[in-house]
Amino acid sequence: MRIRSSHADNCGPTSLSRMEQNSNMSDLFSIDVNGRQVEVAEGTSVAAAIMATHQACRLSVRGEPRAPLCGMGICMECRATVDGKPHRRTCQLLCVPGMEVVTE
Amino acid sequence: MNSAFDVVVVGAGPGGIAAAAVAAEAGARVCLLDDNGRPGGQIWRGYRSETAPKYPHGREFLKWTSRLHRTDCDIWSGWRATDQPAAHCLRLESDEETRDIQFRSLVVATGARERFLPFPGWTLPGVTGAGGLQALVKSGLDPRGKRVVVAGTGPLLLAIAAGLAGAGAEILGIYEQAPRSRLLTFGLSLAALPQKLIEGAGYRRKTLRAPYRTNCWITRAEGSTRLESVTVTNGRRQWTLACEWLACGFHLVPNLELPRLLGCRIADGYVSVDALQQSSIAAVACIGELTGIGGMDKALLEGQIAGLAAVGRQSAADALASRLIPMQRFARKLDRAFALRDELKTLAAPDTVVCRCEDTDYSELMECSSWREAKLHTRCGMGACQGRVCGAATEFLFGWQHSGVRPPVFPSSVSTVAAKADLPDAIPLS
Repeated sequence: MRIRSSHADNCGPTSLSRMEQNSNMSDLFSIDVNGRQVEVAEGTSVAAAIMATHQACRLSVRGEPRAPLCGMGICMECRATVDGKPHRRTCQLLCVPGMEVVTE
Repeated sequence: MNSAFDVVVVGAGPGGIAAAAVAAEAGARVCLLDDNGRPGGQIWRGYRSETAPKYPHGREFLKWTSRLHRTDCDIWSGWRATDQPAAHCLRLESDEETRDIQFRSLVVATGARERFLPFPGWTLPGVTGAGGLQALVKSGLDPRGKRVVVAGTGPLLLAIAAGLAGAGAEILGIYEQAPRSRLLTFGLSLAALPQKLIEGAGYRRKTLRAPYRTNCWITRAEGSTRLESVTVTNGRRQWTLACEWLACGFHLVPNLELPRLLGCRIADGYVSVDALQQSSIAAVACIGELTGIGGMDKALLEGQIAGLAAVGRQSAADALASRLIPMQRFARKLDRAFALRDELKTLAAPDTVVCRCEDTDYSELMECSSWREAKLHTRCGMGACQGRVCGAATEFLFGWQHSGVRPPVFPSSVSTVAAKADLPDAIPLS
């Protein structure tokens, strides 16, 4: 996936995500992660999109940053707010165009 | 909204897909439901029919998904089973709504998860499961140019390293905690299943640039806000590797929450089933990793057996059952070959978090004598994952047994928990 920054000072674009089986160049679209546009291929999970921005998903009880661990809907570390709904397990959720993701 | 089916299959991995396909081919009304956005489970996660032949087990994916799609099977993606509000009924929840679903026969195919063990730094962003990182890459995460250490235990480590290398990651090393002698014995014992050896050799060929070291394990991960390096040991000396990602998992444990909720008998960590995959609870079959960690071939065969049995085709199911024997033996051999070494019990420091949901650290748990006491006194296992991560860890670290499961088996909305079972009378259930 490609990070398209809406802020000049954000970290630069990463390479285009092309897990080949998931990608088809015509299927690229953008979602919003903490105000930054992230370009993803159809079939990309929200957790993968968040990881590409190098941001954590949530803060633990003690305030530690946490990011996806299990990748398969078990550990709940990838929870984030998606389209206004809190605590969505982002590894089980596929990106759709225009989605808005907010992490802690 | 409520619905009724002849056969409900929970879990759309290879086993669940096979069960649903054969039952639907026999004319039954079948619903295949799964938590993920698409069918395929973990092994076929992210697979598409156009490109699947290029990926491991892609031909089986094509065969089984095309069989499934030729039937009238209902496929519900994004649904989790949370409770059993009445006999022959499951309560389901998606991100949007709640449904009760009725069945004459149920096939539970909820698969397995990785076992994770705590070590200093394992909660840092950048430390993932081994299968976890593979799942994330299959879900679109770009590993190109990332330095990755693969560690833990199990036959999946090589497959995962090969997949990551193929997708462009730089694999710095594959560190397997099991001793070399045990793996050699295991390899020699696979004479009856040569395809497993061929598969393993193929994965190794794809990762030849990375060292594969047995008798080695991670002792800590370090970084300020995210992973910067890991330390590996062979028991005599330690060395540190700078990396972006650590993919670390300690083989697999079955997802027993739903079978436990239904009351299925469990022995030695797996659901007890008969030759037709029937559990101790009437009309409930359990298949795949739930009955022994044996991988895709075993799951596909057990799925077909359970699917045929669910539609009354006992003799066809019986005819398949004998082929299971070498696969069940393979599953038992895997558990023995990749048994965990005692040194892994000593990795956590007093302040290492064990329960990631509640941030319970190791020193708090050392005061406790049982899982129940730990839950009551420290909140270990009481968070959002409901002990799915720390339960398997504390079982190994302290020998604690976890038996009871209470609904909902996944975190649910209050409206889902409070909903009254509202079942139509018109559907007779045998």
